[in-house]
Amino acid sequence: MSRVAIIGAAETALGKRPDVSRLALHAEAARLALADAGIRMRDVDGIFSSVADPNELSEYFGIVPRYIDGTSVGGCSTIIQLRHAAAAIAAGYCSVALIVHGESGRSWIDMERPGTAASPVGQFETPYGAAGAATLFALPVLRHFHQYGTTKLQMAHVPVATREWALLNPKAIMHKAGPISPQDVLASRIICYPFNLLDCCLVADGGGAIVVVGPDRARDAPKKPVWAIGTGEGAAHRQVAMMRDFTTSDSAVVSSRQAFAEAGVRPTDFRHIMLYDAFSFTPMLALEDLGFCGRGESGAFVSQVTDGAYHTGPGGALPMNTNGGGLSHGHTGRYGIFALIEAITQLRGEAGARQVKELELSLVHGPGRHFAAAGTVVLTNR
Amino acid sequence: MTAYSGAVPVPTPETQPFWDGAREGRLMLPWCEDCAQPHFHPRAICPHCGGATLHWREASGRGRLHTYVINHKPARGFEDRVPHVIAVVELAEGPRLLTNVEIADPTPEKLAIDMPLLVSFRTLNEKIALPVFRPAP
Repeated sequence: MSRVAIIGAAETALGKRPDVSRLALHAEAARLALADAGIRMRDVDGIFSSVADPNELSEYFGIVPRYIDGTSVGGCSTIIQLRHAAAAIAAGYCSVALIVHGESGRSWIDMERPGTAASPVGQFETPYGAAGAATLFALPVLRHFHQYGTTKLQMAHVPVATREWALLNPKAIMHKAGPISPQDVLASRIICYPFNLLDCCLVADGGGAIVVVGPDRARDAPKKPVWAIGTGEGAAHRQVAMMRDFTTSDSAVVSSRQAFAEAGVRPTDFRHIMLYDAFSFTPMLALEDLGFCGRGESGAFVSQVTDGAYHTGPGGALPMNTNGGGLSHGHTGRYGIFALIEAITQLRGEAGARQVKELELSLVHGPGRHFAAAGTVVLTNR
Repeated sequence: MTAYSGAVPVPTPETQPFWDGAREGRLMLPWCEDCAQPHFHPRAICPHCGGATLHWREASGRGRLHTYVINHKPARGFEDRVPHVIAVVELAEGPRLLTNVEIADPTPEKLAIDMPLLVSFRTLNEKIALPVFRPAP
């Protein structure tokens, strides 16, 4: 692929924001990211969005983009849209791409549930009480436990390591909430077995946006660009029950292989990764599907502690979800943009107390819906 | 009797025979005449081979518990069933479907992965009965 540059990135405040609508969150995110990039709204000629239709945003922002992409496949939509933006810029279809996300996930202002009672989901999932994300994301877990001997205690280490990162990120919702132990996770309220409350992400209102341009325009950017050098996407199904194998996400495998091949990298090349964590188990499956550990080894991988540091935590060899993740930073419903923004922040060297030293390469990967679709990008600052 | 407050499926032309069967206490599956395989959920195209000549056949109703959750935060209509089991069952014929396993006071100890199950039907209204499963006797 031809390299594209991310020259602006910003997220809004996350949390309970009952005074800001879905579209206003998009506007806030767009304004912040454009200011970061030193670009005016009227220079944006490509709109990429999923919680709002691109035409809603053209109207709201008062612009007439010549390229639009409303790919809407769940949480990884923005990650996939970065790939689409790279293709559109390379083709000359747009020159300034704004990938923008806003979601009133908690206050639910101007939000709608997808699907009808006549859709496959409406006919074959929802009537069984499988309505919340916890029920759907939890379904594959016990099959993995059964097949590989993975345990709930091993899984409980994911929110613990992720909380350690949140304590270092002033923007994280759980920044001042203090550390937690695996026992705290197991003792927290049961939501949907095998998930307890602390296995679940924080539902929040918020948004984020990034500005993407080609190499020519990147030279004028106020900040050093972050480059996308490999991208991938995939979609295997819509309903979680239609997973071919509950211990692997076919779309994650397809997506990550493309991204690694394009960038010419392997999992062992990374010292920083952002693996979308809607629930504790979500990044575990990605660690296996992307090849950071072997099949069935994610339980041991995430509970591994060396010299008092988690392998994926502060001081560990493979820092993961360094913003505090969906689990302790915040999750609006579609978290992908926040994973992207954290990787960009790290590659810019702007991550403060949680900064991974001498970082040149990062990975962002996430599922769409419930292991149904997937998006992957490899980023570098060189 | 007050109307059921939970989500009720609305059949489409390609799924109507499935719901007609369920209302009569029969679990129906679409089979492809080209590749001779059944599939679920019911579609107008065979997901195995792309064939479009499908016919309906009653399934055995036997299956195994492939994976499950025990939900403690009930959706609408499930308020009097807390906690309840949401499961994926692998039918003896091969396809898997999402369903409920109806047992009293569900715990992980009562629910072994791959345990044998048998179909049953929960009537929601005059038109719709949901295929659900119970431990096989």
